[in-house]
Amino acid sequence: MPRLVSHPDEVKIVSRRFGQGATNIDRYIELGGYEAAKKALAQGPDWIINEMKASNLRGRGGAGFSTGMKWSFVPKQSAKPKSVLVNGDESEPGTCKDHLIFLHDPHSVIEGTIIAGLAIGAKTGFIYLRGEYRYLLEIVEKAVAAAYAHGFLGKRIFGSDTEFQIITQTGAGAYEVGEESALMESLEGKRGIPRIKPPFPAVVGLYGGPTIINNAETIATVPHIISMGAAPYAEIGTPRNGGTRLFCLSGHVERPGVYELPMGYNLKKMIYEVGGGIAGGRALKAVVPGGSSTPVLLPEEIDIGMDFDQVGKAGSMLGSGGVVVIDDHTCMVEFALRTIAFYQHESCGWCIPCREGTDWLKKSLSRFHAGFGRAADIDNIRRIAENILGRTFCPLGDAAAMPTIAFVKKFRKEFEDHLNGRPCPFAKEGVPQLAVV
Amino acid sequence: MTTRLGILRDSEQKMPDVTFTVDGKKLTAPAGTLLIDACRKAGIEIPAFCYYPGLSLQAACRMCVVRQEKVPKLQTACTTMVAEGQSFITESEEIAAARKGTIELLLGNHPLDCPVCDAGGECELQDMNFKYGAGESLYTEAKRHRDEQQWSPAVFYDRPRCILCYRCTRICGEGMDVWALGIENRNASSVIAPNLGNRLDCEQCGMCIDICPVGALTSGAYRYKTRPWEMNHVSTVCTHCGDGCKVTLGIRTSTEGAEIIRGDNRDKSGINNDFLCAKGRFGFDFVDHPDRLTKPLVRNSAGTLEPATWEHALRIAATKLKEIRDTRSGAAIGVIGSNRTTNEENYLLQKFARTVLGTNNIDHERTTDYAAFARALAGHPGKTATLREIGRAPAILLIGGDPTNEHPLLAWQIRTNVRLNRARLYIANSKPIKLDRQAKATQEIPAGGYKNLAEFLDSGQSDFSKAVLAEESLIVIFGEEFRSAAVDELVAWGLKRGNIRFAYLGDHSNSRGAADMGLFPDLLPGYVPVTAPGAFAEYPNLPSTHGRTLPQMFEAAANGELGALFVVGANPISRLELDPEALRDTLVIVQDLFLTETAALADVVLPAASLYEKSGTVTNSFGDVQLARKAADRPGVRPDFEILVRLAGAMGVDVKTLVPFAHGSVTGDLGQSRGAQAGEADRHSVWLEANGLEPKLSPFDSLALLDEIQRLVPGYAPSESFDRFSLFAGNDVPSELGNSPGFVPISTLRGPDLIAPNHDGLFTSATLGRYCRGLTELEQHQETVKEAVAAAD
Amino acid sequence: MKPGVASIFSPTLAARFDVLVEKYPVKRSALIPMLLYAQDEAGYLSEAVIAEIARRLSLTELEVRNVASYYSMLRFKPAGRYNIQVCTNICCMLKGAYDVLDRFREELHIDPNGTTPDGLFSLEEVECIGACCWGPAIQVNYDFHDEIKPDHVPGIVGGYRGKAQAEGKK
Ligand SMILES: Cc1cc2nc3c(=O)[nH]c(=O)nc-3n(C[C@H](O)[C@H](O)[C@H](O)COP(=O)(O)O)c2cc1C
Ligand code: SF4
Ligand code: FES
Repeated sequence: MPRLVSHPDEVKIVSRRFGQGATNIDRYIELGGYEAAKKALAQGPDWIINEMKASNLRGRGGAGFSTGMKWSFVPKQSAKPKSVLVNGDESEPGTCKDHLIFLHDPHSVIEGTIIAGLAIGAKTGFIYLRGEYRYLLEIVEKAVAAAYAHGFLGKRIFGSDTEFQIITQTGAGAYEVGEESALMESLEGKRGIPRIKPPFPAVVGLYGGPTIINNAETIATVPHIISMGAAPYAEIGTPRNGGTRLFCLSGHVERPGVYELPMGYNLKKMIYEVGGGIAGGRALKAVVPGGSSTPVLLPEEIDIGMDFDQVGKAGSMLGSGGVVVIDDHTCMVEFALRTIAFYQHESCGWCIPCREGTDWLKKSLSRFHAGFGRAADIDNIRRIAENILGRTFCPLGDAAAMPTIAFVKKFRKEFEDHLNGRPCPFAKEGVPQLAVV
Repeated sequence: MTTRLGILRDSEQKMPDVTFTVDGKKLTAPAGTLLIDACRKAGIEIPAFCYYPGLSLQAACRMCVVRQEKVPKLQTACTTMVAEGQSFITESEEIAAARKGTIELLLGNHPLDCPVCDAGGECELQDMNFKYGAGESLYTEAKRHRDEQQWSPAVFYDRPRCILCYRCTRICGEGMDVWALGIENRNASSVIAPNLGNRLDCEQCGMCIDICPVGALTSGAYRYKTRPWEMNHVSTVCTHCGDGCKVTLGIRTSTEGAEIIRGDNRDKSGINNDFLCAKGRFGFDFVDHPDRLTKPLVRNSAGTLEPATWEHALRIAATKLKEIRDTRSGAAIGVIGSNRTTNEENYLLQKFARTVLGTNNIDHERTTDYAAFARALAGHPGKTATLREIGRAPAILLIGGDPTNEHPLLAWQIRTNVRLNRARLYIANSKPIKLDRQAKATQEIPAGGYKNLAEFLDSGQSDFSKAVLAEESLIVIFGEEFRSAAVDELVAWGLKRGNIRFAYLGDHSNSRGAADMGLFPDLLPGYVPVTAPGAFAEYPNLPSTHGRTLPQMFEAAANGELGALFVVGANPISRLELDPEALRDTLVIVQDLFLTETAALADVVLPAASLYEKSGTVTNSFGDVQLARKAADRPGVRPDFEILVRLAGAMGVDVKTLVPFAHGSVTGDLGQSRGAQAGEADRHSVWLEANGLEPKLSPFDSLALLDEIQRLVPGYAPSESFDRFSLFAGNDVPSELGNSPGFVPISTLRGPDLIAPNHDGLFTSATLGRYCRGLTELEQHQETVKEAVAAAD
Repeated sequence: MKPGVASIFSPTLAARFDVLVEKYPVKRSALIPMLLYAQDEAGYLSEAVIAEIARRLSLTELEVRNVASYYSMLRFKPAGRYNIQVCTNICCMLKGAYDVLDRFREELHIDPNGTTPDGLFSLEEVECIGACCWGPAIQVNYDFHDEIKPDHVPGIVGGYRGKAQAEGKK
């Protein structure tokens, strides 16, 4: 069982019920559950969407798009059924927060899905979990069954005339399927190849009907916003970045774990105070602030507030909230290689720049790290990444290119140290190096 | 079906025009047009690998990137729909760099084996590389390797060369509705995969090979044979089925003559647009089959056929024919023509039979009842549908048949029309057919129940008939299930309804031409009855009574009434299962490519050129006339046209009476001898002049007879639609069946028993098919995989 | 599925599939879960598994293979009864995942993608499994094990060996 952590600076909203036995529906109700759904049902769609807009909630899946805005794009009338799709594919390295939500508070996702359905007039919600989360799928499926048994789901939810069904779905191992349109393809039983946009999912989505897709954490936040009110929620964060967020602090910190902190919380403080500093008293070398696709920050760049705008200004991205802390004993070439190896493996293979570019990058970096690099390779690696950047079919290409460019730019010296047949300066006896592909 | 269809081009929904700017030029196109199409139409070429007109959008290759004003990222022109006021840049340093970058990435894993690659010289990646120049190779890693795979006798796949543009999977699935190709794995391990794991179970059309922009899919028939620039490329008409696809033959000249080494349809200029089936693509190898006749054969006194010179063989044939004609009259000679020779040859053959041999005993192996069709439509021009019209008709009623197998191009036209224009297809058939998948409604017809169809439709009882009757305009396609009176009834029903046009399907590449050119004992070219007063008045000595039908000729032979049988490009002994004994006492002369069952009985066999070795016109089932061009050359053989002219010459005929060539041609010279014409002007010369044409200079120029055909044959006259320039430019032009005279009686000479359809499938082609080794191999492959699939189930 | 055609799956799984194909608005949506559940039972996606799933969903086998080969958890060859999946992605790597992987190699005498001769274990190096804060993390079939140190490896292997014995097989 993943270890739960806590820190006094935390503001527990989404994680409020973690460790409280809330997988049990009665316990969940006891802890105030399903009140928000009833309230939303009473207030109606326009009210819900206005609240969501006012809350300044921005998507927790990575792109940080305003949730209220996204919901408002769904046409009121539609010939084809509308859907809510909960993205529980959580696959971005550094991210494990949805894991905890499904494990400890599955009903919050169900309740959020119901509210989202009410907001856009959908009768069906889909909760898609990555295939590796089988044990969590079982928990979610049990929770869904309980919600049906309580009449919170079904033809007449909460005794009203409104119908809402939830269908769960499992993936089978594919990062790209977290991209919203690839997710719909996967849910439709296809290869996880993203769709051409436009049309956007809000207009033509799952099974051809209007669809909103939100990250599981985003959806789990919704009932809390409805319960506590948009203004108090927005108040917690920074301007245009409402509320709290689950930060996944991992890597070389003393106390890794998932912490719920207000948007805009200082990154340095997060590492040194919440996380207890660098493990083993070592020095900090770098921080990946928002999951593996976000450009790396140097120690001198981390005195920033963790919200979408401030991290953006610092040249990186808040992404999925995975803060990866890297100490000074780490080889950044190896780190870059491992990052790229992931994107190479997960590229769906559809478009040329991503498919070929990540493959080439992985090959180059592994040769380089194995000690067979040439001086020209350093610029070439960057050049390949630049040839990917902005030219791919979906953002996965960028997700591979951006961190690569940052690694080369910020750790050029370390790349140079690998040249001329020199062994990796960080290799200790017996540490396996990735084989040359 | 795939959901990645992008925009459906809905022909009924006309979008308003919008104006936008491309590279500073103002362009106008209907709103929603894809930028790449709008640009290409305006002559602005945007590079693309994955974009392919008519197939679903992919946006996968990223070559078509352009800059759109006020949009932060480069956009793909293949998915951008134009709207009012937009502004685009399609060539700039930034764009060239993006394209170059993408090519450079592609070339990382792409093998640089262009010198030995079949596609070298006609490779879109090479061309693109030339243009955007990723010259220096920065790639030092080992390339991904994967062994080449053979999926079928026709298709080989070389993954390292594959750039994953997904054209092949789409042409196979969306285009052919076969869905035999897919994509397996992901990332750089993605591969195109055939449906049986390592083998292909499909229609073996080979379209995937043509559409592949690089050398990843190569043709079993062509691989490693030559370099594209070592070939001459001749576009001509396929010799196999009645659809008449245009095919481009790759020709290599050698001491042996000019040899065909490839068939394809890369230029897409024909009636068939993208399409070509296995027969068109691979079915040319009969030309150099070892059994091909290359020397005339004459039966010696010992009763065996032995090689002879042309002079000798022709002299024997001419002497005997003349002798029989002069001693026993023309009625003792029978002539059988061909479904595969050109219009000019068929016209010449009947003219030779009628005016030289003096007989109306002329027929061909009828595969459908075009005579009945002509009779039914007489006096109603504009009621037949061309193949192109079928490709854009809003509604089609298909009765009987199985176009997918027997008329592959027709099936393609229908499918494409349904897919891209949402045409409504109605199918009435006694059995399920593959095209049912495109049908809006199907109606099962009891076998033999076709003749009641019009009545059934008119009754409006079923949803099917209601839907069909509700159509504002309709093309009705039918085949040999309708013969004689049934054709009349169906056509009469359509004429009464007024909004209906027809297509009537025949089997071979010139079955329609054989009928149109009068290979009938009672009908002259253009379905003019031989008994009609004044018919073909300028023919000297035209016998005015009906001749014998093909079966009647055999009966007559058996009764000793037929002194000679002259067979051109037909094999009735095998095709109609006739008793060879019947010909025991008959002199038989055969012109053919092979020693067929019929040729084997002959006294004189004359080796003929195939359609790929001569020029002339052919008419497909739909009445579309096309020019076949001489591509290959085979020493020893002669075009049927030339053989006929020489034979006539050897019989002492002034060939100008047959072929109006040279100045002051035939009719002028013969004016006196043809009473009615005496003193009149040379009509042919007058006609040539009026049409701006020069007289032909050689009696062997078959096009001299095209001129006569156009002058004399109803339905083939020059007109706005039957435009000679267009024809000679390689286009299809429609003939007009409704112009035939219309007083053809339902003669006893035409009964259903005279029609012997061939029902050739995807890999067969009557007698000729036996000599197409490539097709036989494909058929065997398909049988083996079908067995394997059946065993697995 | 056509009545009368025998299923290669256990009655429980076959019944589950009957429900699954009705669960979604479109039958095909059941494809990926069916592949995964079939693999859980059959060990891998054999030709027969693919054929039956294709039949149940009215898809071609090609379509099924196209989809199945896309997803990294699905395999076309048998794995060990316990498939040990070691995440070596960045967060786990920083915490010593490669040491853990090495230790599994030594303990099982197999390389990644190998299977022990008794068929009990197979070893795989996998991408991030969503346990980044608790790395190095591994999954044995669907069970997560967090914060693994190389020294834990013999215990984990032993545990599964014992479990197999207790279940009376091998
Ligand atoms: C390659 C790629 C992978 C993604 N993976 C995930 C994921 O695992 N989970 C997720 O919630 N969003 C993921 N996203 C973001 C989704 O596309 C989408 O923006 C998000 O689910 C929207 O939800 P939100 O607005 O609540 O953030 C991914 C995006 C890309 C481009
Ligand atoms: S960038 Fe291209 S290849 Fe990469 S995942 Fe997206 S669509 Fe697939
Ligand atoms: S043609 Fe547009 S991406 Fe390939």
